[in-house]
Amino acid sequence: MPFVPHTSHDEQLMLEAIGVGSIEDLFDEIPPALRTGVLNTTPDAITEKELIRLMADRARQDEINLSFIGAGAYEHHIPSAVWDIVSRGEFMTAYTPYQAEASQGTLQLIYEFQTMMTRLTGMDVANASVYDGASALAEGVLMAVRANRRSKSRRILMTGNIHPNYLSACLNIIRNQQIEIDVLDWDPQSGLTDQAQLGVYEGQDYAALVIAYPTFFGGLEDVSVLTDWAHGQKQLVVGVVNPMALGLLQPPGSWGQAGADIVVGEGQPFGIPVASGGPYLGFMCCGSGIVRQMPGRIIGKTVDTDGKTGFALTLQAREQHIRRAKATSNICTNQGLLATAATIYLSLMGDVGLQSIARQCHNGIVKLLDGIKDVKGVERRFLAPVFHEAVIKLPKPAAQVLLRMQDDGILGGYDLGEVHPSLADCMLTNVTETKTDADIASFLSSLQQAVVA
Amino acid sequence: MLIYEQSSKGRSARAQYEPCELRNSEIPESHLRSERLGLPAVSELQVVRHFTNLSKKNFSIDGEFYPLGSCTMKYNPRGAHNAASLPGFLDRHPLAPESVSQGFLSCLYELQEYLKDVTGMQAVSLTPMAGAQGEFAGVAMIRAYHDKHGDSERSEILIPTAAHGTNPATAVMCGYTVREVAVTRDGDVDVVALKAALGPRTAGIMMTNPSTCGVFERRIEEIASIIHEAGGLLYYDGANLNAILGKVKPGDMGFDVMHMNLHKTFATPHGGGGPGAGPIGVGPRLMPYMPTPVVGRRESNEHFWMGEAEIPDTIGNLSAFMGNAGILLRAYAYARLLGNEGMHRVGEYATLNANYMAAKLTQVGFKLAYPDRRATHEFIVTLSQEAKELDVSAMDFAKRLLDYGFHAPTTYFPLLVPECLLIEPTETECREEIDAFIRAMASILKEAKETPELVKTAPVTMPVKRLDDVKAARDLDLVWHEQT
Repeated sequence: MPFVPHTSHDEQLMLEAIGVGSIEDLFDEIPPALRTGVLNTTPDAITEKELIRLMADRARQDEINLSFIGAGAYEHHIPSAVWDIVSRGEFMTAYTPYQAEASQGTLQLIYEFQTMMTRLTGMDVANASVYDGASALAEGVLMAVRANRRSKSRRILMTGNIHPNYLSACLNIIRNQQIEIDVLDWDPQSGLTDQAQLGVYEGQDYAALVIAYPTFFGGLEDVSVLTDWAHGQKQLVVGVVNPMALGLLQPPGSWGQAGADIVVGEGQPFGIPVASGGPYLGFMCCGSGIVRQMPGRIIGKTVDTDGKTGFALTLQAREQHIRRAKATSNICTNQGLLATAATIYLSLMGDVGLQSIARQCHNGIVKLLDGIKDVKGVERRFLAPVFHEAVIKLPKPAAQVLLRMQDDGILGGYDLGEVHPSLADCMLTNVTETKTDADIASFLSSLQQAVVA
Repeated sequence: MLIYEQSSKGRSARAQYEPCELRNSEIPESHLRSERLGLPAVSELQVVRHFTNLSKKNFSIDGEFYPLGSCTMKYNPRGAHNAASLPGFLDRHPLAPESVSQGFLSCLYELQEYLKDVTGMQAVSLTPMAGAQGEFAGVAMIRAYHDKHGDSERSEILIPTAAHGTNPATAVMCGYTVREVAVTRDGDVDVVALKAALGPRTAGIMMTNPSTCGVFERRIEEIASIIHEAGGLLYYDGANLNAILGKVKPGDMGFDVMHMNLHKTFATPHGGGGPGAGPIGVGPRLMPYMPTPVVGRRESNEHFWMGEAEIPDTIGNLSAFMGNAGILLRAYAYARLLGNEGMHRVGEYATLNANYMAAKLTQVGFKLAYPDRRATHEFIVTLSQEAKELDVSAMDFAKRLLDYGFHAPTTYFPLLVPECLLIEPTETECREEIDAFIRAMASILKEAKETPELVKTAPVTMPVKRLDDVKAARDLDLVWHEQT
């Protein structure tokens, strides 16, 4: 029996100790009508050997030579040490560190993670993770409504060039709490938030302005102008950032005069494979003044009865297992193992490594955008500066071009027609440090053929 | 020592990156970062050694018996981890076209089918990322159902007092108020109190069965019909599904919606706090509201993503992509390894182990919270007598167990049983391990009587002794600063 170690001798001894004749007797409190137990579609067991064969066949079906899709999930080099260590049973098969004395490894690691995330974002504190970037946004919005002491508003302003899946997930999660989101338009030329419209919202009561950086289109908003405007309107500022970009770009803590108040995002670029969308790493950081409004687990440094340094879960009075209906969120299980991966990744990279990777990503997209100038009918859709991703306008529907490139084993980007009908002839293309000059050349020649085909 | 305290300016893991300067960048100076990144500067070996050594300060299933009630810390098969870590799965982009995703989609589709089979529900959506998000999806669906039927004055969710804290927190996130329902001395929901709490404002009830009292809710069929007659719906919290896997189906009990904790029942690793996966199963009433995406299969056997077009009344997506896809693959692998027969064994042997343990612990002098009830996959020991007579608390017992090399059971939960330990051995532990745990418990009971200080100051063999939680919350130190 897979994973059940009992011999018939064990079973006999155990039943005798309990004082029943059979295992079935142990279910005698359950109404007989409910004890059906027949399984119709679950197949018979296979061995691990057969499993690996089966799964390898399926995994192979999905292999691709080259992918230039980003759109919220980015392929980066993952140092071998990251998952070798993450896969150690001591990290992978541990529970939530409620028994602190037997969990110092995980607890210290998360304290280090919190330190790294606050430094990258320029914020004071970080939590130990939420689910993914989209759910982090929803939690960030809920937190902003709780935390804004200068406004009781339950309305939020959000830049419209945020990832559409983030926006929809956020709306779906906050829907039943009477919070409204007003979405700002983006300028059709630049793809950045049209600042002329800000006047319309002046003097209106909003709890926060949410700013995506980079935007879904890869562009870089003038975050300082937006931040100062929002603060002038008594709003909090919630930054939704790709943390890899912070290796190159200004940290949210330095936006404008006062910096962002809450920062959320997707930590997947830090040592986590794209792997069909998860498990990823939603993160949240904030200023120390509003830490009690932050959801999720937080680790603090303390001492033991001998005065020795140790680490423990803290501020638990915010959490569901203590506060129940009055908790900051219902979150319990989080993405701890992915925080482990990110911490090891960031330790290996260091300042120079992360900076270099971020620059390499940027140089890559610059090179690709330079290359498309030679492809007839193809051009950059938006002129704003980008980090490592850009919208490319094609002379025909993106779906057709992408399908054709797929014949060359290349996923050329994400078909923006799926989310913005006005951009049906556009694809969102990403370059990271994993792409060589030769890869970019392959992309360009495949694109060239796809547009003339 | 922190990784930061090993940092030395100029050192790095040079094999992991190519030093790089910006070329032809158009990014304005004002956007560029002028601040240091603030990461440690260490060698690759320092990193590997530091985190390897940190891992050694953890208890884990791989290393220790972990009888945490309501957490189902069973063996996490390595084969499932490896199968889900195949390159084709790790490299698949979440937005890759369906035509190059059939391998992945077929695994998910089949997992949906197996989960329907074991739960007796009509349809499954795999996307919620943990139990609490599954709960959220379920209660949001209940709300969507009432709204659709013009029944929006229903504003309350009933929750038994023994419930997990996520239940009331979830109800509030869905805009409901919570009305608690008492539990009888036998651990069943108090049906009289339930009837009194019911009314036109009742949207539904959230129940865990077996409950966190470690007993099966015997009047569940009656409760289901009472709730349904009042126009409410029933939510099943799958935290304790392991107890009945292959024996009883929540769908047969009358539940309209449920979540499963794949990181419990389907043996995916807990990861020191996560990730999990909390798929939901629905009955016919709530099928139109399932969260997206769901995996469909065409007659041609091709698999495809079902979204708003196919499920127009959906409560929508709850994550950027497909939730914790890699966890779903691990659960699929586990289901294949277990197979039909193995699925039945889970509930049976989890229950056998728990009842054996309860019987043996009683023999050596411990008191059960519900001595007249069958244990399910877990049971509660109450130490209120020891606390009163010996001044040794459940927490002291828990901490002393660490010295004996066992992870502590769940302590002080459920809240309604004083000084309690909620103990869940799971089906994957062998008799010898359980016997060793019972000997440790007996030995600690002896210590509590003879040398109570030993128990009250435990643990003494861990990397740290008991920590000052009050200081942790009062003198908040959440990030490392160079000067401290």
